[in-house]
Amino acid sequence: MKKDERQSGTDRSEARFAKILAISAVLIACLLFAIALTLFIQSLPAIKTFGIGFFVGKTWDSASEQFGALPFLAGTLLTSFLALIISIPFSIAISIFLGEYFKEGAASTFLRSSVEVLAGIPSVIYGLWGLFLLMPMVRVIETKLGVPPHGVGIFTSALILAIMVIPFSASIGREVITLVPSDLKEAAYSLGATRFEVLKNIIIPYARSGIIAGILLSLGRAIGETMAVTMLIGNSNFIPTSIFSPANTMASVIANEFAEATGLVSSSLIYIALVLFLVTMLVNIIGNYVIQKISIEASKEVT
Amino acid sequence: MLKACSVLIIAFVILCSAFAGDRVLAADQELLGAGATFPQPLYSKMFDAYNNQYKVKVNYQGIGSGGGINQLIKKTVDFGGTDAFMTENELKEAGAQVLHIPTCLGAVVVTYNLPGNPKLNFTPDLIADIFMSKITKWGDPRIAAVNPNVKLPDLPIIVVNRADGSGTTYIFSEYLTKVSAEWKEKIGTGKSLKWPAGQIGQKGNPGVAGYVKQTPGAVGYVELLYALQNKMAFGNVKNKSGKIIEPTIKAVSAAANIRIPDDTNVSLTDTDAADGYPISSFTWLIFYKEQNYGNRNAERAEALAKMLLWMVTDGQKYVEPLQYAPLSKEAAAKSVKLIRSVTYNGKPILK
Amino acid sequence: MEGHVRARLVKNHIFKGIVMLFAFISLLPLLLILYYITKNGISVINWDFLTHLPRPIGEAGGGVFNAITGTIMLIVLSCVFSIPFGIIAGIYLSENKEGKLSSLVRLCVIVLQGTPSIVIGIIAYVWIVAPLRTFSALSGGIALSIMMLPVIIKTTEETLKLIPYHLKEASLALGVPYHKTILKVILPSGLSGILTGILLSVARITGETAPLLFTAFGNQFMNWNILKPIDSLPYRIFYYAMSPYPEWHTFAWGASFILVVLTLALNLIARGVSIKWKIQF
Repeated sequence: MKKDERQSGTDRSEARFAKILAISAVLIACLLFAIALTLFIQSLPAIKTFGIGFFVGKTWDSASEQFGALPFLAGTLLTSFLALIISIPFSIAISIFLGEYFKEGAASTFLRSSVEVLAGIPSVIYGLWGLFLLMPMVRVIETKLGVPPHGVGIFTSALILAIMVIPFSASIGREVITLVPSDLKEAAYSLGATRFEVLKNIIIPYARSGIIAGILLSLGRAIGETMAVTMLIGNSNFIPTSIFSPANTMASVIANEFAEATGLVSSSLIYIALVLFLVTMLVNIIGNYVIQKISIEASKEVT
Repeated sequence: MLKACSVLIIAFVILCSAFAGDRVLAADQELLGAGATFPQPLYSKMFDAYNNQYKVKVNYQGIGSGGGINQLIKKTVDFGGTDAFMTENELKEAGAQVLHIPTCLGAVVVTYNLPGNPKLNFTPDLIADIFMSKITKWGDPRIAAVNPNVKLPDLPIIVVNRADGSGTTYIFSEYLTKVSAEWKEKIGTGKSLKWPAGQIGQKGNPGVAGYVKQTPGAVGYVELLYALQNKMAFGNVKNKSGKIIEPTIKAVSAAANIRIPDDTNVSLTDTDAADGYPISSFTWLIFYKEQNYGNRNAERAEALAKMLLWMVTDGQKYVEPLQYAPLSKEAAAKSVKLIRSVTYNGKPILK
Repeated sequence: MEGHVRARLVKNHIFKGIVMLFAFISLLPLLLILYYITKNGISVINWDFLTHLPRPIGEAGGGVFNAITGTIMLIVLSCVFSIPFGIIAGIYLSENKEGKLSSLVRLCVIVLQGTPSIVIGIIAYVWIVAPLRTFSALSGGIALSIMMLPVIIKTTEETLKLIPYHLKEASLALGVPYHKTILKVILPSGLSGILTGILLSVARITGETAPLLFTAFGNQFMNWNILKPIDSLPYRIFYYAMSPYPEWHTFAWGASFILVVLTLALNLIARGVSIKWKIQF
């Protein structure tokens, strides 16, 4: 806004309006900064005591005040990656289904709204369901395999996580697939390519980075997921020895122990939270950057 | 703009009224407690009755004894519940004098899920070895040796421990520390322990009971009532005098039949009493002796003191129906004396 | 040649079959979850369940009235904090498309959206619970409002961006001051989009449990004071699910049923709003 020599009332409220807008924007940035800062300050005692060695420390023992986050790192990575591996075929199938085979129509509406409902179910209900349906099922599998039939553990958590991230990665996958320019597809079809060949040679390669970004964002989701995992992971502070062993993830150990933690335990838990925050931040920034780049490119090609 | 402003104003008004409401509604007292899940069924019954009678709401959340102690130290609760006396470090962290009053006694039982729910007998060594994951099958001859009449299945043993800092764990591990040298050396006593790998952790007595109940072959340790209420099998334990004792109110009271020190800090595990159940314990409520801290008003302090006094006197009638053992006359008298020593600004609250 | 073409066609059909198979298998969990919630949940839902307080542990009966009112209160609280703030920040972003601050704020919104809920729970504990020295509905509401913010900001920005520029130009040409143009012309035309965003963000936080564990804390009694601990449906579900009592398990399903109906209704209304109130340009 240009300022006149003499400020009228309107101009003043104008300036005030612009100021309020800017302040709220600054506050959002401050909020995030404050979150990061709070986590950092609160975890300082643990950072000072354990340093980077925190992430290779294998013991988590409040009696001797020895804290290492390796078991939880391992638990988080194992559950999340296992969940991704389980979910990828399904989420890609849904993406292709909605993005290419059935863009409109009853089947598409049904599948799409179902996936949306799936995305809207609260985490704690997934946990409840896992407790009473998945757990007995996993126990049967474990008995067949001859491993101790805990019912809970990495595998059960990964299953529930997979179900939880499918809607998320599928909706991103669908978006990037629909962004594939139709002249490319049409060119391929006009050469006599089948739909499978178009998918294999045009769509998937074109949308690959977007699909990977979607998977990355789902990873961010899986890493931070708390309730369902806390209910199904088995809460054992040891490095898991198999995919059926009980474990703890970074999020679940915080949920379990934060309420009773004092001093160094509390600070170590917040240290874990800080890492969780930074990792999900990184994953989200990269994932969103890739997707943004793709949609900008796609919009350029349309014009 | 106007809209945003008005929303902000409404928010501010709500906030203000809430702060003001805190004073206005002083008559509608609400006390907040948190901690042990060991006595939680009793407390929830007592506080329900107390609210009906005196219109004072006592909100007690079972977050484990460790959580109860910690939240009292952080002064976020009016009182905490714990089955383990606060350690010296914890008392130091609290900064001011903390009082412990016992409210009842309970038994920690070994509960398990086996086909047919057989009654099992345990020796101290057996319990220690099972919970150190040294015995891994229910069909192990050492279990069969003390249970000659029970047909044991060949299930793997799934050991469940507590994932949170727990007074129940403290009682259980204190007992095992007394009876097993190997336990003492490898695991020791505490609210959180360094359990062997491969065991399942669950939150709270309810969590352990819930998991054991759902999982064939699982074994865990919970307060007696949780096993009774859920019709779960639990074992008898051989005590110091060589008798196999079934956990009952009587056996717990027998173990508690000892002199009680003025601060009520006493351990009942591995009792000398011939008919005493060896894994019994008091459970305590903890609170600050000087109640004027952190903007607390005198009414709140008085409500707390009155409620505590009720719990160790009239409230005791709810103890036995829930299969906990009531305080002995001596223990109740000592508790009353402790509650009467609570002060606000240095003056005793109760006359 | 014939054979080659047929092989390609066969491959094409097989692939399509596989895609459809996988897509519909992934619906299986949804069906099962909805089936379980309905089967186990609907039978416990009656007037008593909706209007009574929880009974002491191990006693039969009781309901989740305090959890329902608690959830509503938490939603109202978090709306009060996040809606004005979120909309204003959204307007800023839509009005300042370029610029360092805008891109910084956009980045912050992305990061906030991805921040795990448990981390926000810790933040609310450190910021509100520890200084006020009590667990409270307020701290829970603030934790949830931090989770709502990014959704509201994003939808506001995106909605306002779509509003044609000539609307703004027309208003400004008539001599309407800039801020009035935004508040009286642009914002109302984007109302449906913003409302949809708000409803979706409410749906998102209604089922959140993790940030409430160390903030709202739980309360077996009724509570209207925002400085006292408060119950909520997701917390009750968690508490009941982990307990050994069969009746409480059915209560957990019942509470889940209410929660799912609530979130689905919010989603449906949100969609209805975005379709019905949409102003066509």
